[in-house]
Amino acid sequence: MIHIENVSKTFTLHNQGGSVIEVMQGATLSVAPGECVALTGNSGAGKSTLMRMIYGNYLAASGRIIIGDVDVAQAEPREILALRRETLGYVSQFLRVVPRVSTLDVVAEPLLSVGCDGEVARERARDLLSRLKIPETLWSLSPTTFSGGEQQRVNIAHGFAHTYPAILLDEPTASLDATNRSTVLSLIEEAKSRGAAIIGIFHDAQARDRVADREVDVSAFTPKRAA
Amino acid sequence: MTPLLSVSNIQKTYGHRIGCTGVNFDLYPGEVMGIVGESGSGKSTLLNCLAGHLEPDQGEVLFDTRAEGLRDTMTMSEPERRMLARTDWAFVHQNARDGLRMGVSAGGNVGERLMAVGARHYGNIREQAIDWLGRVEITEDRVDDRPSDFSGGMQQRLQIARNLVTGPRLVFMDEPTGGLDVSVQARLLDLLRGLVREMGLSAIIVTHDLAVVRLLADRLMVMKSGHLVESGLTDQVLDDPQHTYTQLLVSSVLQV
Amino acid sequence: MSDYNFAYLDEQTKRMIRRAILKGVAIPGYQVPFASREMPMPYGWGTGGVQVTAACLTPDDTLKVIDQGADDTTNAVSIRKFFENTAQVDVTECTQEASVIQTRHRIPEEPLTEDQILVYQVPIPEPLRFLEPRETETRKMHALEEYGLMHVKLYEDIARHGHIATSYAYPVKVEDRYVMDPSPIPKFDNPRLESAAIQLFGAGREQRIYAVPPYTKVVSLDFEDHPFEQMKAEQDCDLCGAGHTYLDEVIVNDQGGRMFVCSDTNYCATRCDAGHRGRLSPEEDAA
Repeated sequence: MIHIENVSKTFTLHNQGGSVIEVMQGATLSVAPGECVALTGNSGAGKSTLMRMIYGNYLAASGRIIIGDVDVAQAEPREILALRRETLGYVSQFLRVVPRVSTLDVVAEPLLSVGCDGEVARERARDLLSRLKIPETLWSLSPTTFSGGEQQRVNIAHGFAHTYPAILLDEPTASLDATNRSTVLSLIEEAKSRGAAIIGIFHDAQARDRVADREVDVSAFTPKRAA
Repeated sequence: MTPLLSVSNIQKTYGHRIGCTGVNFDLYPGEVMGIVGESGSGKSTLLNCLAGHLEPDQGEVLFDTRAEGLRDTMTMSEPERRMLARTDWAFVHQNARDGLRMGVSAGGNVGERLMAVGARHYGNIREQAIDWLGRVEITEDRVDDRPSDFSGGMQQRLQIARNLVTGPRLVFMDEPTGGLDVSVQARLLDLLRGLVREMGLSAIIVTHDLAVVRLLADRLMVMKSGHLVESGLTDQVLDDPQHTYTQLLVSSVLQV
Repeated sequence: MSDYNFAYLDEQTKRMIRRAILKGVAIPGYQVPFASREMPMPYGWGTGGVQVTAACLTPDDTLKVIDQGADDTTNAVSIRKFFENTAQVDVTECTQEASVIQTRHRIPEEPLTEDQILVYQVPIPEPLRFLEPRETETRKMHALEEYGLMHVKLYEDIARHGHIATSYAYPVKVEDRYVMDPSPIPKFDNPRLESAAIQLFGAGREQRIYAVPPYTKVVSLDFEDHPFEQMKAEQDCDLCGAGHTYLDEVIVNDQGGRMFVCSDTNYCATRCDAGHRGRLSPEEDAA
């Protein structure tokens, strides 16, 4: 489902003397449907950078990032937008929403944008929010005022609302208590069992062991620093 | 898939000065594109060329008309272009005074576009006007008030209602949130986002406010001295800018 | 007074005005620009109408001049004398006898005939002016038949007053094409814009001439659910008893006493002579 071949990434800092920083080269990995791959490596090894390139948020310098039949490294913006809408889900560590939109609508939004019926979408949203133990009294409020843990769970509900064939997870269980952590891991397992290809970053080793089928150490793709 | 708007090689000069040059892009139905750049970068010139307010020196602006498919709006007759401007197109000015009739009631302002396309039933026109005022969060009891009695934010929302009442497919916006205070801006942005989604609108938004484009725009074009220096997905351009100028622009944003 | 050329204006000027009139007749409702001359009267006193009348008059014509329907008001008397002096034409107060009638703000009650010309004095010829101040834009709107704005004015009326409150200078569409300001006649007169006579409109200060040829379709603008209404005072004329004419309200004393009389003085007098009586007519035996 996800094929990454020989991807490299450089940052050129034009406003700091034009210095070019190579952060990744030769990144190659594949994820099959129903498989969960955990990215590992030290902080700064490039886990998030790789994740962002897969999502199209960072531009790959070279290589191919094939998701379904789209090469994210080459695609037009509208192809990436369609991919994000239909195929590729992303649960980031931080919630970014429009002020004033209710939690229920935030969670239902990915379904609405693929043309799902409004009531069906909200039903799914209610279901996810109650599973993730967001009190019903908060559903009509904007999540911008929620605590960190609540925001994280809203974020997860948002990411799992639509049944994406491919999902990227950036620290999905950070700052969650044991019960909620277990719920999130179940959600991941359910996604796997319906055939989603998942790439995740998990600092929590227990969580990683429970859901990940394989580990890929991103340090292998870190360019050797010139001595 | 046919683009809604296909722009090629637009150039507009003012004497020796370049307004904008070498602009090419396609806009697809439902896409919202932001154009950012500093004052004088040519973004407003470009917008006015696209909307037919300025005549570019060269280039093509093809619009996917309902009746005949792609037509060059530069070469179509003036009546046709003006017809487009009051049906399929909408233009939201930075200064609401430029886009409203200040001496005409809110209802009359919204109703004008309906009457311009032949609506002749007062009751229906008024009903639609009230419905649209509601959608932009202006209560029914203000329908007979003049825009001059409205706050800046309300005037801007009224301008949006007036533009969208005929169900346009393409909206041009020139700094739609400029000159409004921050809380009013957020409310307006949320409203615009909702309307864009609900109506499946395509939009081109000119602004110098990067927060505005991050919230509203799917795609982004960065202009500098009349040239297009970078374009791409909005979040990609803002998070991983490639061009010197874009990097400077992004790093210059004040953090709150 | 042989020092004046016939009808005051020189022949070249009259030819220029006639060309504008012919163009106006050829394009009903279209405002034709013309080089308005200085006339020996102030703007706003009918300089446009006077120039059109001067260009139409022949020595055989009989002229009638009315102001608000009356033959004996200052403006009407002055203009009538002006042409008596400069053209030596016959003048009359009788509508049927006149071949050229210059009017301010009324159409005579008596139906006009094919042998007559009605000349209107127009202050502001552009019906779109109050909503769109730019001349370039209003011209374009006429050219492209973009008349939605005209209905905005009527919409505002209904929104504010519950009905179309415009009671004079009520906009019309001529021959399904041009929207026209009929000059500040009461909307009571609008239906009679469809006439057998030639109707010419002259705006001196604004330098425009326009026309409605005989038997031209003239439709008053309205909404489907607020149709055009002629509007008529409840009363009958207190002098001639007519119930079908446009009435003036006249205050008769300091106690708020008032009477309603036909604004068309000639029409009223003719009826009185024919024996019609109103509420305040002098008693027969008292005379």
